[in-house]
Amino acid sequence: MGLRRLIQSWPVYRQLAGPDPLGRGKAVESPSHVSLTARTASADRVARSVCPYCAVGCAQQVYVKDEKVIQIEGDPHSPISRGRLCPKGSASKQLVTGPHREQKVLYRAPYATEWAELELDTAMDMVTDRVLDARRKGWQDTEENGSPLRRTMGLASLGGATLDNEENYLIKKLFTALGALQIENQARI
Amino acid sequence: MGSNMAEAHPVGFQWVMEAKANDATVIHIDPRFTRTSALSNLHVPLRGGTDIAFLGGVINYILSHELDFREYVLPYTNASFLVSENYQDTEDLDGLFSGYDEAKAAYDPATWLYEGTSGSASAGTDHHGDAKEASTSYQHGSGGPVVEGATEGIVVDPTLRHPRCVYQILKRHFARYTPEMVEAICGIPKERFLRICTAWTSNSGRDRTAALVYSVGWTQHSVGAQFIRAGSIIQLLLGNIGRPGGGIFALRGHASIQGSTDIPTLFNLLPGYLPMPTPAHSSLAAYIESIRGDKQKGFWRNADTYVVSLLKEYWGDAATKDNDFCFGYLPRINGDHGTYRTVMDMVDGKVFGYFLLGQNPAVGSAHGKLQRLGMANLDWLVVRDLTMIESATFWKDAPEIETGEIVPQQCRTEVFFFPAAAHVEKEGTFTQTQRMLQWREKAVEPAGDQRSELWFFYHLGRRIRQRLAASADERDRPLLDLAWDYEVHADEPSAEDVLRHINGHDLTTGQVVNGYLDLKADGTTSCGCWIYSGVYADGVNQAARRKSRFEQDLYAGEWGWVWPLNRRVLYNRASADADGKPWSDRKALVWWDAERGEWTGHDVPDFPKDKPPTYLPPQGAVGPDALHGDDPFIMQSDGKGWLFAPTGLADGPLPTHYEPHESPVRNLLYGQQGNPTRKVYGRSDNPSNPSPPELHSEVFPFVFTTARLTEHHTAGGMSRTLPYLSELQPELFVEVSPELAAQRGLQHLGWAHVITSRAAVEARVVVTDRMVPLRVQDRVVHQIWMPYHWGSVGLVQGDVVNDLFGVVVDPNVFIQESKVATCDIQPGRRPRGPKLLSYLADYRRRAEITIATGTQLATMGPAGITHTEPGRQSTEDSP
Amino acid sequence: MIGDHSLSGPLDDVAADAGHLAPPPRVGFFTDTSVCIGCKACEVACKEWNLVPEDGLNLLGMSFDNTGMLGANSWRHVAFIEQQVPLGNQDTGLAGLPTGPSGIEQMTDAISSTLRHAERGGGELGTTPLHVDSEPQSLGMPSFDRPGARTGAEDRTDFRWLMASDVCKHCTHAGCLDVCPTGALLRTEFGTVVVQQDICNGCGYCVSGCPYGVIDRRPHDGRAQKCTLCYDRLRDGLEPACAKACPTDSIQFGPLEELRAHAAQRVEQLHELGVTEARLYGHDPNDGVGGNGAFFLLLDEPEVYGLPPDPVVPTRDLPAMWKYAGIAASAFLAAAVAAFAGGGH
Repeated sequence: MGLRRLIQSWPVYRQLAGPDPLGRGKAVESPSHVSLTARTASADRVARSVCPYCAVGCAQQVYVKDEKVIQIEGDPHSPISRGRLCPKGSASKQLVTGPHREQKVLYRAPYATEWAELELDTAMDMVTDRVLDARRKGWQDTEENGSPLRRTMGLASLGGATLDNEENYLIKKLFTALGALQIENQARI
Repeated sequence: MGSNMAEAHPVGFQWVMEAKANDATVIHIDPRFTRTSALSNLHVPLRGGTDIAFLGGVINYILSHELDFREYVLPYTNASFLVSENYQDTEDLDGLFSGYDEAKAAYDPATWLYEGTSGSASAGTDHHGDAKEASTSYQHGSGGPVVEGATEGIVVDPTLRHPRCVYQILKRHFARYTPEMVEAICGIPKERFLRICTAWTSNSGRDRTAALVYSVGWTQHSVGAQFIRAGSIIQLLLGNIGRPGGGIFALRGHASIQGSTDIPTLFNLLPGYLPMPTPAHSSLAAYIESIRGDKQKGFWRNADTYVVSLLKEYWGDAATKDNDFCFGYLPRINGDHGTYRTVMDMVDGKVFGYFLLGQNPAVGSAHGKLQRLGMANLDWLVVRDLTMIESATFWKDAPEIETGEIVPQQCRTEVFFFPAAAHVEKEGTFTQTQRMLQWREKAVEPAGDQRSELWFFYHLGRRIRQRLAASADERDRPLLDLAWDYEVHADEPSAEDVLRHINGHDLTTGQVVNGYLDLKADGTTSCGCWIYSGVYADGVNQAARRKSRFEQDLYAGEWGWVWPLNRRVLYNRASADADGKPWSDRKALVWWDAERGEWTGHDVPDFPKDKPPTYLPPQGAVGPDALHGDDPFIMQSDGKGWLFAPTGLADGPLPTHYEPHESPVRNLLYGQQGNPTRKVYGRSDNPSNPSPPELHSEVFPFVFTTARLTEHHTAGGMSRTLPYLSELQPELFVEVSPELAAQRGLQHLGWAHVITSRAAVEARVVVTDRMVPLRVQDRVVHQIWMPYHWGSVGLVQGDVVNDLFGVVVDPNVFIQESKVATCDIQPGRRPRGPKLLSYLADYRRRAEITIATGTQLATMGPAGITHTEPGRQSTEDSP
Repeated sequence: MIGDHSLSGPLDDVAADAGHLAPPPRVGFFTDTSVCIGCKACEVACKEWNLVPEDGLNLLGMSFDNTGMLGANSWRHVAFIEQQVPLGNQDTGLAGLPTGPSGIEQMTDAISSTLRHAERGGGELGTTPLHVDSEPQSLGMPSFDRPGARTGAEDRTDFRWLMASDVCKHCTHAGCLDVCPTGALLRTEFGTVVVQQDICNGCGYCVSGCPYGVIDRRPHDGRAQKCTLCYDRLRDGLEPACAKACPTDSIQFGPLEELRAHAAQRVEQLHELGVTEARLYGHDPNDGVGGNGAFFLLLDEPEVYGLPPDPVVPTRDLPAMWKYAGIAASAFLAAAVAAFAGGGH
């Protein structure tokens, strides 16, 4: 920056030379102030989404830059929510980007007093074993009078109201094929 | 009513505020003055759990003043239908209907039927001598139960004067629900009650409609289903169903809790509200026979097409006509396998493995201690969540650690925590509270080990099938034959492909079907959930539609997709009169266009499109063909709105005021105190506070209720972990009236603890004028309220409020009564460690509580039968 | 071009007065508290957009208000006021109930005995209400009742629960801006007042310069912080985050002229509906700050909401005071600048 430009950018200069003699506006704008823009303007893409909290179904716009969520706002086009969000919906970015999000599979062995980390693949294998074991232990072929039951009472599940329809579909389908029927969710609560 | 809409559904509440600005009257009926009340024209505090007494009072007001919308009621409801001469009402039997069996605590509903019809002989009824467990009320789909013979004409009296017609039965049933009775039971002064009656009735009719909103404040009761029935009766009598601005709105609390009911992760249902089969269903034919009648009206008649198409989606090519489309592969239910029964079975060592999928029962379910003790007695537990929750860490920080009831080094449960993908890290549909499916695009990839449930269950299924590939065991056939070949991108299954399969295919062409009318019962179509059929119509993901509200009309039919077949208002045939004309210009929604010979309007007509209003079916017609032109309730087996439910409910054909399981007062209307069919679990680990006519209810003299705060979400996993939400409501508190504060010596911001026979929970005191005492019968009743979002994990922590509740459930839907109980409150913090156990034991001793307390369901006689079960002795001293 | 009303009184074009050539229309907030449901979406949406830190996890017991007041880390604050006063067009259902005396007094006493505020004005940093067990001090908190409205022991028959989202007023004559010695605070082309974080040196003059107690310094770096009316969003034609989120449109954003017209209509409408207590606050260009860019529809006196009844910009008397002293200094500076300016041609 040359001396002249340096001086011209000096607020007192601009104040007295420009239309802002009291130095309360144009004259004192800093370069970073002048360059301010909404960070959403530089998003790489906007995903159309839906708030994950209650069942009103407010539409959200999820702004992504460099594969990170940089902002979540209401979608004004929605006939349900008209772009508005409650405090929870407004906190969605913190919900999905906050440090509370666990990223590793954790395992607590019987009688252990602390968590240990586990590889995802190993954990999936262990759960597969345990599902089949519990299914076998709780299996019931028939009632006392011989009517078919074809089920296992050794296995239960709770959850689904926060999940997608497609997920609930696979959950119900797989458990039904396993013969497990104590499959429940918040709708019962 | 039973809803705190401004706090629990703030963005939905914008429409209420807009209506208010347009001069609508907003009335909030709720035990406490909430942020909803603050914006209402009228707030009416009532005693928790007395809603049917109130609503029955409104029904009585309507009928005794003949203010029903007769031109609607006569053609569209069953008001004129005659009921069996064997029917006896609660007026005849002091609070019971005919058919009650005290030993089973259940009804035989045979005498409730219309004259000349027979009920659904649903398989399972009395199948093994236990009508209670096999009661089929929880097995009916969205069409409700079958009234066999509805097509052949039911005996009616269009003058509504016959003493056995539904209208007169209704009138007699509610005749004693007078304003004075409402005042004495609910604590609502007579004048205020009458003001609501006037407002409700004068805002209903041709030119005006009134809407009724409820939430879990209605469902979480031992008579919950009947609360909703009572609201429905009013709305039918006033002609507010199927019309714009009318209706009953169930505001649901989770992003896709509607979806998880439609495509159920529920024990008693298959997708699309098809019932799970019972052992009596020896064949597909027997099953289909039980869920539809030969002589019924409506679209449930086509249930065979829905069932076979589901089986074809489940088992693909393996499902053939010759093997009953693998119907035999389905596991059979024979009783209550609901989440609370299951948790008790965990405590009793009968369950070995448990999945928790975005759910935190250690905080969010009633009787948190029972939940945690159940989890501590498993072989293994899988928790999938965004963040660490109490249900994953109970083995190290449950309240039972402090009391010594859970010892980490002795707790055998193996726990797996899988981090889950959040809503922006996967694609799929949520179904919101008005049945709208909205597709979410994936914004970013999940990090680390975070995965969607779609990934988890797809790969779990794949691994299980691999593991069993060589199995010759017949019981593994359902797994090995399972159609589990969804498209996979990278290793993530395609949610769109799953949605396509939910929508269904024509297997002869491989094309998607356009709706459930395309489904066949011969195995040539597949469909994962018939009510969702059409969501992929024309090969387009209809749920992903996002046409701006600025570019379409008020009903915004091109935003998302609403089941069934994108109809925004259910039963909207009723928005037109019997002749098919709108009731008024102002309230026009769907009408008959005689020139074009079809139903038309602002919404997709919820009626056969070309069936004229005057249509009378030919002799012998069944199902949709049997619907008359003025049968708007096309899913009902008689085409009518049910003022009286001749079948289908476990606790009677009409709503009846019963006191809550735990109540400080005697039922003023009947000798029968509580719901005589409510499901109690008399066990040492599930004690009840005594209620009249039992002695010592004065030990727990106050009415207790709980609810959400705007700033938190249910069990707190998605809010207590966030700084921006935690700071807004950082601490558990208990709201009391200044009167109760004075009586118990409670100081604002000081400590107090609330006590039931199950637990003592401490919180900071909030003394507020928003809580008021009520005059009930001859006494003043105080109510206490707490939010329930806290636990031992997160940025802000506190006692688990749901520990205060025991488990008692509605007999129809097995939902727990957690909106009302009795309690005591004392200043100061609660005792800690083992002292807490002896403190609670002392309360139980003073109230003389045993496992039989609260389990004598019939209360008219002096010594009745108690309904206890041999429970595992809890680790604390037995009550 | 120091105008007659550059320092006080009505000013038609604040942006032009601050040197912005052909500025867009002045924008602001109209907060209609009669439809506020107290959800606090505004507080959260503001923090999410502006990355404002969490402001303490303290139960304040001020009804549902656990934010306490505006400050460096709370640019929106929802006040909750429980009163023994009826609200027009509302029946709270108390008549005929077995009530005793109100608990509002007890609540107020308990709050004042457990809360204290850090000093404002550059002494201590941060003005979040501190949660301490000290002697009662009542400083600038929303009051829970009309002064003198309570007579004591009678049964309570009336009640209302007011909620209102407070924010920086973006005054026509902004005390914070006028006293800022560094030029960190400025009037934007939209007529709003913002702090430039890269300029602020944390002197704290603005804190005592604000007649509303809005602006405050953030403890970790000492810089002054307050609502920017989402300046960065305005630059892209977006509305501020709080107004966008507000579920019931209690917070409305737009050109100030339109908002003022709409607000006047709304008051009229409420009066017709029987809500006769509805009145505007901060809308009047003739008030002590020349009118606010963010103004309110209130249902009670401003002090009930913790708002000053008659705020005055501290620079109102400045012209008279500096009339003589200022001339010499300005002349000196002007001469110096003239030298540079001349060199530039």
